[in-house]
Parts: sequence; C-alpha cells; structure tokens
Amino acid sequence: MRAAQAPLLTVEHLSMRFGGLLAIDDLSFSAARGEITAIIGPNGAGKTTVFNCITGFYKPSGGRLLLNLSDATPAADQIDRLTTSGARTAAIPGGELFLLERMPDYEIAARAKVARTFQNIRLFAGMTVLENLIVAQHNRLMAASGWTVLGLLGAPQYREAEASALEKAKYWLDKVGLIERADDPAGDLPYGAQRRLEIARAMCTEPTLLCLDEPAAGLNPRESHDLKRFLKSLQVEHATSLLLIEHDMSVVMEISDHIVVLEYGQKISDGPPDHVRNDPKVIAAYLGVEDEEVEEAEAEITQ
Amino acid sequence: MASLRADAPQSPWRSLANAVTDALGAALLALGLAVPILALRTEQNISNELILQPRWGYVAIAVAGTFAARLGYLLLRSPKRQPRRVKSAVPNSWREIAARSLAVVGLGLLALYPLIALALTGKAGAIKWIDNFGIQIMIYIMLGWGLNIVVGLAGLLDLGYVAFYAVGAYSSALLAQNFGLSFWICLPLAGILAAFWGILLGFPVLRLRGDYLAIVTLAFGEIIRLILINWVPVTGGYAGISGIPRPTLLGLPFNASEEGFAAFFHLEFSPVHRAIFLFYVILALALLTNWVTLRLRRLPIGRAWEALREDEIACRSLGINTTTTKLTAFAIGAGFGGFAGAFFAARQGFISPESFTFMESAIVLAIVVLGGMGSQIGVAIAAVAMIGGTEILRELDWLRRIFGPDFEPTQYRMLLFGLAMVLVMIWKPRGLIAFRMPSIFLSERRRVRADLVQEGHG
Repeated sequence: MRAAQAPLLTVEHLSMRFGGLLAIDDLSFSAARGEITAIIGPNGAGKTTVFNCITGFYKPSGGRLLLNLSDATPAADQIDRLTTSGARTAAIPGGELFLLERMPDYEIAARAKVARTFQNIRLFAGMTVLENLIVAQHNRLMAASGWTVLGLLGAPQYREAEASALEKAKYWLDKVGLIERADDPAGDLPYGAQRRLEIARAMCTEPTLLCLDEPAAGLNPRESHDLKRFLKSLQVEHATSLLLIEHDMSVVMEISDHIVVLEYGQKISDGPPDHVRNDPKVIAAYLGVEDEEVEEAEAEITQ
Repeated sequence: MASLRADAPQSPWRSLANAVTDALGAALLALGLAVPILALRTEQNISNELILQPRWGYVAIAVAGTFAARLGYLLLRSPKRQPRRVKSAVPNSWREIAARSLAVVGLGLLALYPLIALALTGKAGAIKWIDNFGIQIMIYIMLGWGLNIVVGLAGLLDLGYVAFYAVGAYSSALLAQNFGLSFWICLPLAGILAAFWGILLGFPVLRLRGDYLAIVTLAFGEIIRLILINWVPVTGGYAGISGIPRPTLLGLPFNASEEGFAAFFHLEFSPVHRAIFLFYVILALALLTNWVTLRLRRLPIGRAWEALREDEIACRSLGINTTTTKLTAFAIGAGFGGFAGAFFAARQGFISPESFTFMESAIVLAIVVLGGMGSQIGVAIAAVAMIGGTEILRELDWLRRIFGPDFEPTQYRMLLFGLAMVLVMIWKPRGLIAFRMPSIFLSERRRVRADLVQEGHG
C-alpha cells in the first residue's frame, strides 16, 4: 500500500435523509488511488445510497465528497477554500479537485471520471453489444463530430474518431469475451455476459474510479472466479481504482485492499480484509448472533 | 385447419366447439352493443312527430357478421406463435441488396409520379392526383419523419407536434406579408423559428416524463392554436392569413403573366405546372429530412437519442447530458415540422387556425406508431396508407350505387381509421416495420427484434 499518496475519494460526514429516514448517518471513509475498496453490510445498510450520492444520482443531505484527480496531496486550506467558494471544482498542480456533492450526475461521469454499474443491470437492451460500447464514448465522439455539424458533413476527423472508438470497443469486447456477440442485441445476452458488458461499457468512459454495485450477484462460482481475475486486471493494467458493493464474501475478501462495513447507515468497521474479518461487530451485524457464537460465525465467514 | 396445430393435441371437434362457443360470446357482445346503437332510429313524420323506426335487420347483420368473423379468425389463425422465428435462410447481404433496390425503385417511382399522373389522367385530371394525393401525402411523410426523431428515436411522446407545424406556417406567412420576403427565404427562417420554439417548450417540459410529458405537449399544441385564434391584430384570428406568396422557380412565378413560367418556356399556361413544381419541392424537403435523420442516427447525437429511449439513467451514468440531448431531439424535430408548415402555407396561399387542430397531431403520431417507431420506411408506408386511404374515400363514387345516393364514404373515415389501428395493433403491435437496424456493426448488420427495443418513458 502506498500510504503516502493522497486518497482518490474522500467521503466526509456524508448523510442522506429521505423524509424521516436517515439512510446514511455521518459516514466518513476514503478510497485510495489504485486500490479496490469494498463497501459491505447487511441488506438495507445504505450501500447503494452511498453509491448514488457519489455518482450524483442523489443529492446528499450533508457532508463532503472530495475527488482528487491529481498526484499531489491538496493542502487542507486549499480544500477549505474550494468548499467555501461555492465552486464545484478547483485546479491544483497536476490535476483537479471535484466536490461531487455539488455536481450533476452526468458531469460526475464526464469530468470527474467516475463510472458506475447498477445492481439491476441497466444496458441499452435494444441496441447491439457494440453500440452499447460506442454510446459510452459519447462525449469524445460528440466533440470530434463538431457537436454534430462536422459529422453531418462527413468530416474526416469524425471518421477517425469513430474508428478509434471502434478499436477501443473491440478491445473491451475481447477482454470480456463478447467479441463474437458484438452484433447481437444486448438484451439477448445471458445474465453473466450482461454483467460483464456493463462493466466493459463503464470502462469505455475511461474512468479513474469505477463503482460496481454487486458485480457478482447472480453469477455461478466459475463466473465469479473469472470476475475476480477481471477486476484485478482492471486495477493492475488500467490503473483504475475500484469501489465495490458486494455480498459474495469470497470476492470481497480475496480482491479488496480495504473494506468499509455499514450497518443502518453507519460505519461499524473500516480496514484491511483481515481486520474486518475478525471484527466482532461485523460478525454480529452480519449474522445477528450473540457473543458466544462469534467464533462459530467467524469460522463460517472465513471458510 | 385447427387440426393442423402441432402443439394442441385437442381433437378437431373439440376445438371447433370451443371456437363456436367463443364466437357465440362475441356475437352476444355485438348484440348488446348493436341494440342501443342500431336497433331504433328516430324520424320525424309529416306532422312533426317523432316516430321510432325499428331496424332489426341491421342488428341481425352486425351480430351475424361478428359471429362469422370471430369464428373465421379462431379457425384460420396460425398455430400458437413461436417466441423466436426460425432464422431466414436468405443471407443478410441479399436482404440488404433487396432492400436497397426496393428503395431505389421507390424513389424512382416517386420522382416520376407527377409525370405518370399526367400521362394517365391528362392535364386537368392530374392536378387532383398530384396535389390531393402526392403533395398531401408527402407533407405527412415529412411531418411523420420529423416527429419520428422525437417519438421514435428519442422516445419522447409529443402530442403537440402540430404546434411547430403551425409556428412554421404562420411565421413564414407573417414574414412574407410584413417584410415581403420570398418563400425561399421564409422557408429556412420558419424552420429555425420552429426549432427555437421547440427549445423554448423543451426547457420547462423535459423534466417531465411519460404521460405527464404527453399531457403538457398536448396543452402546448392547444395554446399555440388559441393564440393564433385570439391574437387577431397579428394573426387575423379565425379569418387567418391569405395572399401568401407562392413559391417561384428561380424567380419565375407560376402564373399566366408574361414573366411566368409557362411564358418563359413557351408552354401553354396550365395550373398543373405549379402542382408538379410543388410536388418536387416537398419531395426534396422530405428527402432532406430523411437524409438528415439517417445521418444523425449514425452520429453520436442519434445514438444518444436511442440510448435515451432505452435507458435514461444509464445514459447519465455514462456522462451524457440528457437535457441537451432531449432538447436537440425536440428542436430538430420541431425544425422539420416548421419546414413542412412553411411549405403548407405557401402551397395553400391561405392559412387559418383550423388547419392546426389536435387532430393533425393525432394523425401524425398515428402515422409514426403505425409505421413502427424509429423506422423511416415504415412511416412513409403508414403515411401513404392513412392519408392516401382517406383521400381515396372521396373517389369511391361507385359505393353510392350500392348504398344509395345519400351515402357519403368520407363520413366513415374515422371508423376505418379506428379499424385499421385495431387491426395493426393485433397483428403488428410494434408497427408495420417492427425491427431496429443497428447504427454500427463489426461483422454483420443484424436486425434487433422489436420486443427488445424500448419505447421510451419520456
């Protein structure tokens, strides 16, 4: 672990209230650059709500979500100045700082380079597998097409951009093993392939932070084994930091560098897998057992 | 027939009995409907008294007809549909060649249509066929293609499309009258103004989704019409605007004057020249709409529209600004509506609010839905069937010989309209052309089945 580096995402005192329900209560954690951070917790703990806050689909009731797209560690007063200025972003040497809670969802994806997948897969079912990956490169292609005007006239620069978008789509199709099915509608793919395609589509936006909402849900053991390798390769080969919600403990414990555990919207544990695995509060939260049964439960989780 | 069903191991007699029972039920329903509607007719006699005239014969015909139709349908319908059709043995490339040659033949026929009409019916008869059929249908094809961008591609249900048609028509008419601009300058201006109105409407409206969007666009269509009626100093109210200058061919007007088209080419003056010219103008405008739409579908903006129709949330997660994407769809669709409106104004020479009722929006939307949302050729076929069909009703004089001299076929327009809709919704619930062609492919362009394609939620 490179502890010296500034964290990519810093969540501070995040809270989210739906009417009388406090879904997330004063949550603080950080996700380090180049690491796989997992958020786990029982059903209804608020994991997906955290994701929706980070990706801008919900506007948090309170707290700060700081994303640092630079190699430098911003000084505390720099961050404070950005926060009090009311601006959404600030340029610092070597990159940019983003306050995600102030940005609309599409800008978080386009500018802050945060991509996500969904718990209930959201593909463009009536478009082909290839088209799904081309749509994901919309912003770059849109600029290359001169906001449609040049593209309409058939400018060569757009044709080049489209060709390179096609190459990138091919690369990712190859990577997730769907190159044979490139021209089939996405809605026709089997479940596991749809999950892989959704990740490939998110990767086509060239994210710095990729948020995966239960990527292993509904996969068979073999598929989930492949998924682990695939996610690891995203981290290593593509320098992507991952934020992961997952119930499959074999996936979480094996690939995560850092785990945050939520229960009833509050953080109950935070640390490397070994620490979390042995935390009695986590075991109790997951299995709802008395203290004397902790050991038994521990054996079950670690198996 | 029923015995041919492979998947139903019922005896033929059994299924016949079932069909008869079902048809009897339908006949009973028809009886229930026909008695209050058809059975009695009120008439005034000479001493001004209302008398009831029974018409049980009609009721019997309706009931028997329903019984026979339902029985026939049940016995002749194809065996239970397979969810996936057997793959066609015809290779895709052949199919594409066939489709392309069909398009070329269709285009050729369209280009030659006025000349064919002229050859078959002579100068006097051809005007009706070129103007009432050709031009009228082409206007609706263009409107259908324009609305197809909004409804078919972007999946935004717009019930007030006629508003942009009206904005185009009125702005071109007002520009021509007040500033003396010619049709060829008014045409692009009208398109731009309509697109501007599309954006103006879009800003408040596009936060809404689905039914709510439909209701607000419907209201917008009515607002425009009411403004046209009530803003008398500018629009002339119910009286409308007349004397709109007709389009000219490079400055040559189509009239009997010395500087006119006929005189310039040493032809005998005939109003059919103008009809032919107008036909080619609207044909060019419609083809421009089609070309732009097909082109846009292959550009990022068009793909974003279709992605928006498929899943708006996924679009936003990929960094697509859905508001501007929706606005562009609205604006471009509205712009084409405006072009069509400007053409309409110039063709008629007179416009009034009566031409821009909700009925027009409904017809254009029906054309898009019938044709298959998103399909260009489907929309064209649907426009020919619907507009050509209603126009052809005027020609069916021979029906009078059967039903008596009082019979007016055009009165049955709405009935046939509804019947056609019901039939299409039964047999082709996703429209006549119910598949989607991918905008890009790796090895082979394969059709996407309609059941996978979303209709959009606004």
